[in-house]
Amino acid sequence: MQSELNLELNNGEMVCLIGPNGSGKTTLLKTLAGLQKPLKGEVLINDRLISELSQQEKALEIALVLTDKVQVENATVRDIVTLGQLPYTHWLGGLTDEGRKKVDEAIGMVHLKHKANYFLNELSDGERQRVMIAKALAQDTPLIFLDEPTAHLDLPNRVEIMLLLHRLAHKTQKAIILSTHELDLALQAADRIWLMSETDGVICGVPEDLVIDGSFNRIFQSDAYYFNASNGNFSMNYRLTKKLSLTGDNTRLYWTLRALARSGFYVTDDAETHIDITDKGWELNGKIHPDIETLLNELAGFTEI
Amino acid sequence: MKHRKTNLFILLTILLVILFLADLTLGSIRIPLKDMINVFLGNSTNNINSEILLNFRLPKAITAILTGAALSVAGLLMQTLFRNPLADPYILGVSSGASLGVALVMMASALLPVIFISSGWGLIIAAIIGAALVLLLVVGVSFKVQNSVSLLIVGLMFGTMASSLVSIMQFYSNPDAVKLFVMWNMGSLSAVTWNYMYVLFPVILTGLLIAFLLTKRLNGLLLGENYARGLGIPIIQTRILIVIATGILAGSVTAFTGPIAFVGVAVPHIARGLFRSARHQHLLPACILSGASLLLICDIISQIPAHALPVNIISALFGAPVIIWIILKRK
Repeated sequence: MQSELNLELNNGEMVCLIGPNGSGKTTLLKTLAGLQKPLKGEVLINDRLISELSQQEKALEIALVLTDKVQVENATVRDIVTLGQLPYTHWLGGLTDEGRKKVDEAIGMVHLKHKANYFLNELSDGERQRVMIAKALAQDTPLIFLDEPTAHLDLPNRVEIMLLLHRLAHKTQKAIILSTHELDLALQAADRIWLMSETDGVICGVPEDLVIDGSFNRIFQSDAYYFNASNGNFSMNYRLTKKLSLTGDNTRLYWTLRALARSGFYVTDDAETHIDITDKGWELNGKIHPDIETLLNELAGFTEI
Repeated sequence: MKHRKTNLFILLTILLVILFLADLTLGSIRIPLKDMINVFLGNSTNNINSEILLNFRLPKAITAILTGAALSVAGLLMQTLFRNPLADPYILGVSSGASLGVALVMMASALLPVIFISSGWGLIIAAIIGAALVLLLVVGVSFKVQNSVSLLIVGLMFGTMASSLVSIMQFYSNPDAVKLFVMWNMGSLSAVTWNYMYVLFPVILTGLLIAFLLTKRLNGLLLGENYARGLGIPIIQTRILIVIATGILAGSVTAFTGPIAFVGVAVPHIARGLFRSARHQHLLPACILSGASLLLICDIISQIPAHALPVNIISALFGAPVIIWIILKRK
């Protein structure tokens, strides 16, 4: 899928792997993790081929958080996090004192100390994801790979997980790689971005550099939306056929613009129709509208201006 | 939490001992505890009692313990491997293979030498060969398939094929042979005399030992195969070891006692419910203790009627409500 990859990764860094669907994010992660054989080429960890490492040796290098659903009856948070210590235990899986300390630390780092003895099915989706992250931390590896750790979570949880991972990378000096669809979050939280596309291969860099040099815009271009380099958001491409001019204070100006765009208006100074946003409301043709809804109703009568 | 588990283990062990003694005492002829002790100490003057006790009830009670433990552990292994609460020890088709072997001997016996059929070993050897054959096929497949669900389906298919071969034989056999086979199918703990115990005991012990050695890997498998790989567990090797242990346990039990239903699927749930744990260092011994106890109870109940009922009927009566309970709880 991808021709040539030469990627950079440093300790204590959080790397976000982003790219459109089908660009091969999960394939790349799984290949790097040694879960599947490289379609072509090779993966090296500390100058050793990953295909030559035993399962056990891999487990000492890379900890995984996957999208696979974890549903274990009667397992507590501590039970699951303890599994992270599995590569260090004997056949019964008994913990050493040091192992127990690692497990406690890991639970503390994801802020679940108060729920350590809760059963897994008593937790919210966000908390479960934190349990899996704690498991990866307890595995005590220099690398942690996460496949879409924010999928299926609501916005507060997505933000929290990203922040948590960012903080953990810096605090533990581990290298954390995660794939995600959350571009705006990735732009804010990632120390480095691996931007994947079907045509250009993988572009690697600090997020802001990739925005400024237009890489984001190039890879995420479509008829339906465009990447807005001025604010880091994706904006929809509306068919804007009608023009207006607009004045007013910043916040209301911004949201009025958005509402107008949805109705097919674009703002330009040479328009005949003018809206002035004042303390009283939205003034159009001498009439004051108290909110955007009534303004839009009034404008609905306008065709081509 | 820890105390509760220790206490539970002690309680279950005491329960097992009591049930074991009860199984020896109760029956069509009651042998009081005092007489029993005398028999065991060699002081008994009652030859009938000591005959019943030593050569009939004792091996039967030991068989109940071995069988209950073996089937429960095999069921736990399958439920963990397939991450499916309704998986049972027979799901890989091992016991269907054993049935096929037995059916061949019972119903196609015209083709076999007389000595082979008349000795009790004939059936057992046929069952072991049948079970081992299916086991080898399933192990062969486990090298090939990517995930365990495929293995589950392949096992089911082998089982179905073996069953239909048995049906063909039943269709063409005389009624006596069919009745004999139906009786075998209902399972009997009393078929295992001391002669057979020398084989059954070490074989089941081996199966249980493999299961115990897999404790850590079984815990890892709870998260699914990809996570287990990430935790350093060699999946294919583990899968094969689990299949072999299950095959040994379920295959040998079926060969010696006939297929005994429901214990294997129900007991792991009882163990999980009692211990509120997912860790196999708790669940394996819990399955052994509660499985053995459950089958002893089944055996005690089956002896209540004047004409002792086949144990399979009783175990199904016990097991079916447990399965219903699981389904209602999972909604």
